[in-house]
Amino acid sequence: MRSANPLNLNRLRPAEGRFEMISSHNSVRRLEMKMKTAFLSVGLITLAGAAYAETPELTIYAPDYFTSEWGPGPKIEAAFEAQCDCDVKYLAGDLLPRLLLEGERTKADIVIGLNTDVTKKARETGLFVPHGQDTSALTLPIAWEDEVFLPFNWGHTAFVYDNTRLTDVPASFDAFLNGSDDVKVVLQDPRSSISGLALMLWMRAVYGDEVEQAFEKLAPKVLTVTGGWSESYGMFTSGEADMVLSYTTSPAYHIIAEDDRTKSAAIFEEGHYFMTELVGRVGSSDQPELAAQFMDFVLSETFQGMIATANWSFPAKLERDKLPDGFKELALPDTVLFYNEDEAAALRDDTLDAWLRAFSK
Amino acid sequence: MAARIQQVNPFALMGWLVGAGLLFLTLGTIGAVAWRAEDISALGARDWAAVRFTLLQAVLSAVLSVVFAIPVARALARRRFRGRRVLITLLGAPFILPVIVAVLGLLAVFGRAGILNTALGWLGLGPVSIYGMQGVLLAHVFFNLPLAVRLILQALQEVPAERWRLAASLGMGSGQIFRHIELRVLLNVVPGALMVIFLICTTSFAVALALGGGPGATTIELAIYQAFRFDFDLSKAALLGLIQFAICAGAGLFALWISAPSGLGGGLDRDVPRWDGMAGLDALWIIAAALFLLVPLGLIVGLGLPKVTTMGANVWFAAGRSLWVAVGSAVLTLVLALPLVIAAQRSARYGPALESAGYLSIAASPLVIGTGLFILVYRWADPVALALPITMLVNAAMSLPFAVRALSPALGQVETTYGRLADTLGMTGWARIRLLILPRLRRPIGFAMGLAAALSMGDLGVIALFSDPETTTLPLEMYRLMAAYRMDDAYAAALLLLTMSLALFWAFDQGGRVGD
Repeated sequence: MRSANPLNLNRLRPAEGRFEMISSHNSVRRLEMKMKTAFLSVGLITLAGAAYAETPELTIYAPDYFTSEWGPGPKIEAAFEAQCDCDVKYLAGDLLPRLLLEGERTKADIVIGLNTDVTKKARETGLFVPHGQDTSALTLPIAWEDEVFLPFNWGHTAFVYDNTRLTDVPASFDAFLNGSDDVKVVLQDPRSSISGLALMLWMRAVYGDEVEQAFEKLAPKVLTVTGGWSESYGMFTSGEADMVLSYTTSPAYHIIAEDDRTKSAAIFEEGHYFMTELVGRVGSSDQPELAAQFMDFVLSETFQGMIATANWSFPAKLERDKLPDGFKELALPDTVLFYNEDEAAALRDDTLDAWLRAFSK
Repeated sequence: MAARIQQVNPFALMGWLVGAGLLFLTLGTIGAVAWRAEDISALGARDWAAVRFTLLQAVLSAVLSVVFAIPVARALARRRFRGRRVLITLLGAPFILPVIVAVLGLLAVFGRAGILNTALGWLGLGPVSIYGMQGVLLAHVFFNLPLAVRLILQALQEVPAERWRLAASLGMGSGQIFRHIELRVLLNVVPGALMVIFLICTTSFAVALALGGGPGATTIELAIYQAFRFDFDLSKAALLGLIQFAICAGAGLFALWISAPSGLGGGLDRDVPRWDGMAGLDALWIIAAALFLLVPLGLIVGLGLPKVTTMGANVWFAAGRSLWVAVGSAVLTLVLALPLVIAAQRSARYGPALESAGYLSIAASPLVIGTGLFILVYRWADPVALALPITMLVNAAMSLPFAVRALSPALGQVETTYGRLADTLGMTGWARIRLLILPRLRRPIGFAMGLAAALSMGDLGVIALFSDPETTTLPLEMYRLMAAYRMDDAYAAALLLLTMSLALFWAFDQGGRVGD
């Protein structure tokens, strides 16, 4: 139930009265109930609200895109609420800074949408407890043994191009770097964007210690570097750039939502960098059973079946034949490159220095 | 004068409280971030490079914006033509555009596949590249030229008709008018305009990076973002915030120091047709500015139109929320700005310091303010439940510098011209405000509130740090559409945003002109 009234700061769920913001304690809940009883004359809505107030609430921290009406959030909320007899509440924003600021006082029961580049810091907070799921049947291109963070989707970084405009498509990173500097690409900055960071690590995985020379070859091809993915992708779709740093799954959006087959991902034979988004369970949660139930739900077919077309990425546990048709058309790399969080953390600062040096020449 | 200083005026007291509040919002939030930091970090060579780049591009952007604004504002002040007011309002549009939309609009004109390079191609000339320092400057002039034009035009229009009549009867030509009237206005208004634009450009991040052509175009704001997101190094973020702040404080002091009062006296507010200047040259300046500012805008409108009728209900709800926040912060801006400028006017010794407190908020990093407020708020209340009031407050604080800029010289003018008469009549307190100040200031008040509303409308602001999926504002909704690949819908949302911002600005600005 959405409200059109902008004056309403709290959500218009009948359950959530004015005391919602301080009401994790039972006494306040009871006060709220009493107050609601006092206003019985207001009518049935109040009564329904009071009954509803006993439903437990599961607080999920999620990235902004996730909770938007086009992201997977609303569908996941509806499906889980149908089976848990609970109320799912999302809080959107920058996950890790928020968790680090809140520490032990966090209200999160579940954190969804963490990336492997931040899981090391997230793990070090000690806030997370094991997910308790069997990860042996995941459909990821790599084995997953982490007991704390559970993947719910995956994809690879890739350069996306318009196949009606770019005909001489490089088949390898080498061919791309040694090709014409007239083919202009837009990237995201590794300091402000997760996909930008992934590109940096991707090239580190391909070129090892010679990554700085590779960055130097990349630099003249770069039209510009943007702060986030959206600006880059907007510049690409408006025809400003020939290629954009995005994901192997990006063409699926154009195929499925727009019936447009002009966008393709260039597949490089050296392999592509693997990216995954993760869910974690917070130990201090006052709803541990619900949180555990949600972790079971993450790997269920209901949840996984929504990922492809709401998240535009591959589900972490779904057989290929159950994917939407558009996804079956995607060109995918044979080789997958990936640094686990410790390796990535160890390489990050040096590689960033090399990156900045190469681009300032 | 002295008699007035000694009175304890509730309005002036409120002005000092506003000043203290701003100090808290800007320096206090840096303090909160520093306090939460676990250890002390030093700045590296790259951070200093970011400081240098920030300074260089901000100085150049401010100078270029003002240099081009002077002939445009003079031309607009001299000429009367049909649609002049509409043109002036439209020229203000780039200033309130969301950054990402403005960048895409500029690229449609100046980009690789843009109009300019296509035209050059037909003429057989090589392409020009927007990426690099030239792109950063172009974008900053695009954003800030409208503001500079408005500030200078406003000041030129405040010149009493009696001065023009005198100049006419003395047979002054353009050169003499410039020396004796316009130059004095410019010396009064230009330092402030330079400073405000310099400050806006110091906190630029997305534009500088996207058009700067690479990681070399790193501003302090990006370094702050990196410290937060990439390293979670709060102490470095606070330190960088402090440096940004110091630069801005320095700029503010400099501007106050070189600004000179115009001293052109009062008059009877009659509009006098101007006779000076060359009509052809003026037309050229007006047309050039209109083309530069309106062509990218027109292309943005063109991109948005196809999907504007099929936007989801959420976009409209977000638009409603944004409208409410915008009107709220416009009112709040006036409530904060008026006491501040009145208090500053009353104290000869501390006035300038108080007035500069009004400029502090553009000097502060939005990211630091947001995080600082989060650190301060989350222990006692749910920051998400307070998202919209906080956004309203921060937006009002962010608009305050423009309001102070618009109100302060005008109030100074009112006090020098009518202050002694009002004193003789014993007109103090609320009566003075109601009978003298508000009526005399209605133009700058309308302008300031319109600007505050429009800025608040378009600003992503701190809401991104506190957002709840169901309290999104229109700019945030637009970014979400982009993040969901829905560029066409995002352009439509941007068009709605642009239209609403302009309509709000127009409504307040016209409100200030009732009876003109």
